[in-house]
Parts: sequence; structure tokens; C-alpha cells
Amino acid sequence: MSFFGDLVGQDRAVAVLQKAAAAAAEALAGGRGAGMTHAWLFTGPPGSGRSNAAKAFAASLLCPDQGCGHCDACHQVDVGSHPDVTWVRPEGLSYSARQTRELVLKGAGAPTLGRWRIMLFEDADRATEAAANALLKAIEEPPPRTVWLLCAPSPDDMIITIRSRCRVVTLSTPSTEAVAHVLATRDGVAPDMALFAARAAQGHIGRARRLALDEEVRRRREDVLSIPRSLSGVGDCITAAERLVKTSTEDADAATTALNEVETTELRKVYGEGSSGKGLNKGLVRGGAGALKELETMQKSRATRIKRDSLDIALLDLVAFYRDVLAVQFGARIELANEDRRHEVEALARSSTPEDTLRRTSAIMQCRERLAANVNPQIAVEAMTLALRTPTPA
Amino acid sequence: MGGCVEFGWAWHAASMANPAPVTLVVGDEELLADRAVGSIVAAARADDPEAEVHDLLGAKVEPGELTRLSSPSLFGGRSVVVVRSAQDLSKDVIAEMVKYTAHPADDTVLVLAHPGGVKGKALVDGVKKAGAEVVTVAKPTKPGERLDFIKAEVRREGRTISPAAAQALLDAVGSDLRELAAACSQLAFDTPGKNIDEAAVARYHRGRAEVSGFTIADLAIEGRLGEALEQLRWALATGVAPVLIVSALAGGLRSLAKIGGAPRNLRGGQLASHVGMPPWKIDRVKRQLSGWGPEGISAAMQAVASADEQVKGGGTDPAYALEKTVQVIVASRTGR
Repeated sequence: MSFFGDLVGQDRAVAVLQKAAAAAAEALAGGRGAGMTHAWLFTGPPGSGRSNAAKAFAASLLCPDQGCGHCDACHQVDVGSHPDVTWVRPEGLSYSARQTRELVLKGAGAPTLGRWRIMLFEDADRATEAAANALLKAIEEPPPRTVWLLCAPSPDDMIITIRSRCRVVTLSTPSTEAVAHVLATRDGVAPDMALFAARAAQGHIGRARRLALDEEVRRRREDVLSIPRSLSGVGDCITAAERLVKTSTEDADAATTALNEVETTELRKVYGEGSSGKGLNKGLVRGGAGALKELETMQKSRATRIKRDSLDIALLDLVAFYRDVLAVQFGARIELANEDRRHEVEALARSSTPEDTLRRTSAIMQCRERLAANVNPQIAVEAMTLALRTPTPA
Repeated sequence: MGGCVEFGWAWHAASMANPAPVTLVVGDEELLADRAVGSIVAAARADDPEAEVHDLLGAKVEPGELTRLSSPSLFGGRSVVVVRSAQDLSKDVIAEMVKYTAHPADDTVLVLAHPGGVKGKALVDGVKKAGAEVVTVAKPTKPGERLDFIKAEVRREGRTISPAAAQALLDAVGSDLRELAAACSQLAFDTPGKNIDEAAVARYHRGRAEVSGFTIADLAIEGRLGEALEQLRWALATGVAPVLIVSALAGGLRSLAKIGGAPRNLRGGQLASHVGMPPWKIDRVKRQLSGWGPEGISAAMQAVASADEQVKGGGTDPAYALEKTVQVIVASRTGR
């Protein structure tokens, strides 16, 4: 059961899924299969491993031994090449109804290898309302061998009609120890570093891994956490905001520039650019310009999303910092996410009131909401840094 | 064969006594292109008042139609074929047009109007090569050129206009040439006397047609609430996007914060490179900075951020959100 073993600190969910996998196997053998159902919704905070849980479940459904971890089926599911698993990863800001309809059509087919056809929809919360509605019928009454696995941060992110058609699997935030243990055993990270990364990432396994393995990511976090200290005048706030937004733009550029180029060249090739031979013209064939424009729109939406995600990571680091400040102010005996900066946290806790801290935290949360509502990032972040400012005593 | 004429606003139908068999009018300024086409048609009519005019739309011209229209009619007489939006012509028809241009019919005047650009470029290139007369209409881009346009329009009506009056008219009507031309001819019709002066313009036109977000931002930051709101209303009424106004407000406040927060010992060039603004702008912002304190700037920027949220669908009425923001900005000025 190596697949389920990878799910850190999710014993309850694992038990449910294993039981369902066993029931599914029974159903395949002609039994009643009570305990298996055709639509699942995996929820849990970011980094708790929703898609990994879904993947593990998919493997356990497709593997003859319910997820042994070393047979062909398990391996294919792991690398994403299994013919019966349709893996949807929305890259842009949202997932459209048109795309969903195509997906529904795919889900209507019978499994190729005879066990189950699995539709794994990561980030299903990105589906627009129209898209979610297009999905309703499909997840309510799929063909007998089709299973829908949706992933979303919380059940509230899906419309009620979807929620009521799915069985919800709730993943919890794994403990710091569990995350550190995984980092140390699986990635060979030194125990000290593993503990630091696990604390700083607050249960987000992927983020903890990046923090532990990538110097640049750690440096970025240091930059962000130095912001609260630097905000004394309004000029500083503007500069800090400028830097935050610029970094996120650079992230988006770095992640997309090379990819965009490859995609565009590929598409141009598909539409006949550079082809030679009789009866072919040099330029794009009919429809090429439209397809290119569509690709451009998709790429732009993807860049915006990466930019927002990158900003969001920074904002969450800031929230964690002020949460620690609040914990110290209230004398709560919990472990600090920023243990490495305890000194600063305590200093700020002494020089401000809990009200200040709460006000600042809500300014950060408001900034996140504004970013999601398409507010100009610079304006939103400026408003936030100004609200974080420590007013100089008059 | 085949000349090239730059079509300005001083150009008159009379200058074209005998229209070329095929004329291509290139340019996306609608009024000027219309006039160029009109003058050619008028010239053809002047030659032969009986001439039949066929006005066609590019997308609807079918193959063979040109041949039908240009072939001699039983009753004799000339014909004028005008093809508007020639960029929409289909491939076959374009080939037909190019072929026709090389050997035009005797009694037919063909006028093609193309907005320029890439669509239907084969037509422009082909017809040019085949020897058509090309008329290019250039869109005036600079304010000075628009003033010249106004003067030329008034002169067409046999009047003169003072420079100040021309400027006032441009401010009030905006940069759309069709509207300017209409305003000019209306003024010439309504005003007695040869010269049109500022008073005459002020009698029929008031206010500004085009207000940029920056004007509003400057007024609000300088604390001129009444004027700021008035200009805001003008801007909204003339279709300036609320998002642009918000970003102009944010930009203005951002400059205040940058200059206000810069180290005091920086001067001139050093300051300019520190805040990344040109020196003339720094002087202006420094003047605006009096009456502003850090708390005020902070409050004003919060208001702008929530306004951006409101105009992007978070609120029901962008105009209300903007007005409120302008008020908050002005009210924040007194803050320390």
C-alpha cells in the first residue's frame, strides 16, 4: 500500500478510501460493492495532498491489488499515462463550460482496460458556475464504470448541487512532525532544515519541500518577512508593494516565457507553417490566426494565475508572521511558524496591541480577496502595506 | 498611369476634374475617406449628370458583379461603381478587381475604399500595381493638426475662425472629425459675420469633451473638490473607463507617497533617480504635497483600492464609487 503511505497524516481519509477500493473490487467481481460510489470530492487545505489522495485512490481502483504501488497499473497512474485516467489540471484562471462539456463526453466512455474510467479533476473550484452546471448530469448518473474524483480546498468552493452529488473526503492539515518526517525520509533533508521547512510551510507539504530544497525559495521568504520591519514611512510601503508585485511578475515570466514560445511554435506548425511541398502555401492555413489568438488568451490567463499564486504565497507568509505575533501577544502555547524569527515576532508583539495585529491580518486577507476579484495587484498590495505600517509615534 | 495623392482636408472636389477610371482610397479616417469617395463621384457626375451610381459593400460583392456593372448599357451613359469596406472582398472578387484595373472599361469609374491594414491587402497591392489612382487619407493625430482641420473646415464655408475659438471648439467637441466637421458647419450657419470668435463658440458649446483621469487626479489631490467632481462627471459622461480613472488616482497618490517618503537630503537628479520620475513631475508633486501627511495618503490609497474593487464588479455603481473616492481623497488632505 505504498500509494496511501505517501499521504502524510491522513489516516482517517485513507481508511475510508481503502474500504471503498475494496468494495469497488467486490463490485467488479460481481458483488454488491457497498461502500463504493461514483463521485468523490476531495477537500482539504492547500498542500494537504488532495490530488495525491485522489491519485492514490485512482491507483487503488485500477490496480488488481488495490494499490500495490509496483504493478503496471499503479506505475501508469503515478506517471499519468494510464489510459483510463483523465487528469484535468486547469492552468488558467478558470475552467470553462465548453471545456467541461468535452470532459463529460470523455467520461461517458467505457474503460479501456476493463476496470474503471477515472475522471480526476484537480482544482475543480476553478470551474465557472456554468461549467459546474454542465458537470451536474455527468456526476449524478455516470456510466456504471465511471468514477469522478474532484478536488477543491473546501466543500464550500463547489456549488451546492455538485456538493450534494459527491461523497466528501476531508483531508486535514498534517502536523509539523509528520511533514518533517516525510522530508527527512523521502527527500533526505537534514533534520534541522526539515523541521524549519515544515514549520514555515504550516502543513503545506509541497511548499515545505521547496523551502527545504531550494535556496532561492528560502531567500524569497526572507525578503517577504523582512517587509513588516521595513514599513515605517508611506514611501517604504509603496516600495515594498512595488517589489512584491515585481517579483510575482518575474515569477510568471520565468514560468511562462519558454513554455509560451514552444506552444506557439507547435501550433503554427500544426497550421502548416514551414511546410513545404506542392499545393502548400508558406503561411498559416485557414483558421490558424483564430487558433493562435485562442492560445494567446489561454497563455495570458495562465500567466495571471501564476502571478496571483506567487503573490498569494507571499501574503500567506505574512499572515503566518502576524499570526505568530498574535500568539505571543495572547501568550498562547503553540509552536510558532516563524520560530527562526522569534526575536522579531516578540519585539512586534510588545510594541503593538492584539487589535493592531488583527487589523493587519484582516488587511492581508482583504488584499487576497481583492486580488481574486481582479483588482489591480499594485493598488491592492499598496493598500495592504499601508495598512501594515507601524505609525511613527507623533 | 497611376498617381498617388495625399488627401488632406484642404482638398476639394474641384481639384479633380476628370476622375481616373479606377481610384483606390486608403485610410481609416471615415469622414475623410467618405469625402474623397464623394468628391470622385461628384466629379464623375459633373462630367455626365446622367451617370448611374452603384454603391456596394465589400462583403456583398459577388464574382462577376463588376463585369455586369461595367459593361456598356443598352441606353448608353456612364456608370460609377463604389465599393466600400473593400477589405471584405472575397479572394475571387479581388482577382477580378485587379484584372479589371489593368484594362478598365471606358464608361465606368470604379472607386474602392480600403481602410488600410492587413486584411484584403492583396487588393491594395494588386490594384496599385495595375495602375490605379491611389488616394491616401491620413488621420490627424496631433492637436495642431486637428486645429488646422477646424480652420480648413471653416474656410470651406467661406468663414474664418480665431485660434482661441478653434481651441475652445476642439476642447468642447473632442477629436472625432465627423463631429468637428458638423460643429464647424453648424457654427458657420448660425453665426453672422465673417469671423467666428470665442463668444460664438461659447454660445453653443460648453465644457470639455475629453477629460483624462489625470486631470481628475490632479484636481482631487490639490483639494479642488468641486472641480474634481465636475470633471469626473464629464469624463464618465464621455465614456472614459472607470478603471482608467482609478488607476490615475492611484498613480497620483503613489507619486505623493514616493516623494513624501524620499530621504530629505536628496535633491534634483538624485531624487529623480531615487523615485523614478522626471524632474518636472517632481516639482509638480512637491507643490501638491503641501497639505498632505502620511495618514492622509494612507487613507486615500485605501479608498482607491476599494474603488478599484467596486468598479471591477464588487459594487453596483462605478460612478458612485468614484465620486465617493474623490471625496475621501479631498477629505484626507487635512490629515496630518
